[in-house]
Amino acid sequence: MGNAWKFGDNIDTDQIIPSQYLVLPTIKDMSKHAMEPQHPDFGKTFTPGDIIVGEVNFGCGSSREQAPLVLKELGVQVIIALDFARIFFRNCINNGILPIEHPCAKEISDKDILEIDLQNGVIFNQNTQKKYHFNKIEGYLAEILDAGGLPEYIVKRKEKNG
Amino acid sequence: MSIKNSRMTATELIIARHANRDRVTPGEIVNVSVDLCMSNDATTLLTEKIMKERMKTNMVWDPSRVVIIVDHQVPADSIDTSIVQQGMGRFVDEQGIEKYHTSDGVCHQVMLEKYVTPGSLIMGADSHTCSYGSIGAVSSGVGSTDLAAIWASGETWLKVPETVRFILDGHLKPFVSAKDIALHLISLVRANGLTYKTMELSGPGLTPLTVPERFTICNMAVEAGAKSTMIIPDNAVIEFFKQLGRPFDNQALMAELKETENAPCSAEINVDLGALEPLIACPHYVDNVRPLSEIEGLKIDQAFLGSCTNGRIEDLREGAQLLKGKTVAPHMRFLVTPASVNVYKQALEENLISIFMDAGAVVNHPGCSTCWGAHQGILAPGQRMVTSGNRNFKGRAGSPESEIYLASPSVVVASAIKGALTHPKEVI
Repeated sequence: MGNAWKFGDNIDTDQIIPSQYLVLPTIKDMSKHAMEPQHPDFGKTFTPGDIIVGEVNFGCGSSREQAPLVLKELGVQVIIALDFARIFFRNCINNGILPIEHPCAKEISDKDILEIDLQNGVIFNQNTQKKYHFNKIEGYLAEILDAGGLPEYIVKRKEKNG
Repeated sequence: MSIKNSRMTATELIIARHANRDRVTPGEIVNVSVDLCMSNDATTLLTEKIMKERMKTNMVWDPSRVVIIVDHQVPADSIDTSIVQQGMGRFVDEQGIEKYHTSDGVCHQVMLEKYVTPGSLIMGADSHTCSYGSIGAVSSGVGSTDLAAIWASGETWLKVPETVRFILDGHLKPFVSAKDIALHLISLVRANGLTYKTMELSGPGLTPLTVPERFTICNMAVEAGAKSTMIIPDNAVIEFFKQLGRPFDNQALMAELKETENAPCSAEINVDLGALEPLIACPHYVDNVRPLSEIEGLKIDQAFLGSCTNGRIEDLREGAQLLKGKTVAPHMRFLVTPASVNVYKQALEENLISIFMDAGAVVNHPGCSTCWGAHQGILAPGQRMVTSGNRNFKGRAGSPESEIYLASPSVVVASAIKGALTHPKEVI
């Protein structure tokens, strides 16, 4: 359960982590500046379990993986949007963040309290009392997510195959 | 074989070859071998960390297939940046990577000049990697984890993209350029219209376009979300490589790719190039495209001519031709950054650089420069820039309170002269 942080269309990776901070030595240092052009306090006030909600084309722009990594550092586990840009979508999966594509993103407002049941694929909005079902990611991508990301999946597979 | 091939698009054919399969179909996930992979100073060290710490792999699979290019902040502008570049030097030495460029230009221009070939499959940790479809390669941008997996294994998984075919017809009017085609296509499909798809360009209107012009269009396809691009290589491509001194003459591959030109695709969109006029992408979205005529006269503070989109010799020639004998507007900061050292040297030889400098421009060493927004020509709150680059996101070139307008090289230069968004015909 967590608060929704609502953003609009085309939130690009320059919004998620502006380019001038990419040279900072650690992801933790960068994460303080996450979403800065949109929401100057985001990096300081985001609480683990809160949920980012975007609309069209979330994560477009540069391929910088620092974008999902700063969000993960802040405790983002799930992002809901109408749709995601391709590279960002892959980067999320590869780092164990679940990107949920769902039209309900339009109906969620900033600061709504959301409950997400990953097991059953259900989003519940406490403020509007609306319940939404989403298709769980399956197959190869689910195996990557379950392992916690692509690197962990590769290591696990290697160990399994001896 | 040829009957089978004729049912696949060029992109599907190239992916099938790299997946060791007879055929692939859009939507399926396949494992492919990668011919070349590339990363730059924004992405290399993160990729190294992921490969070593999280994938428990110490060495890249084949150093001869790994390209590393320093281009985003050249020369280093801070201690942090310098530490990053120092780390890249250590990494390439340790791995025995020879395709390493510390100051030769923007990665995509360097890749075009030195490495990419038709029919190859290339992945890069930079979103504009999709540019190489302009010469008939399948290429796509990835994040650092995907690149780390490629470094470790030489392979990656791909969802075979649907092909959207844009059939170009007609001829561009004077002062309308490849950049305007790119902006027009993006405005047609919007910023997410090609997500997970490949953009194939064809038709009679394509034939007269040069490889650099095609590169400009393919480069910007990612601004519509495209995974990759494809132009079936023709004589213009052979001629381009000949002039580059890196001849390509694989007639068998050319013929095979040509056979795919009518293969079924998911959508066809007809575009009349003759109907286009100079366009501008307005803040803060690349698909917020308007005709220049609607916003002519808007005051600007900075103009930038450069980038992997529009920093080639043809773009500098176009700008210099308009600028010759004139000066930029008072208080205008006009920045020119050739896309590569080769472009820079050619521009020096043709006396273009002196035209820019005499007009009051600052000429920078080749690199991403102002286009990526963390290096040269940072904007103050309230300032406006017109740029030949590829992104106008909020805060992309400095203050979130600044504004970026994307346009063709000739509109950039005309606007630098007048100090306001200007049609090039006004400065002739």
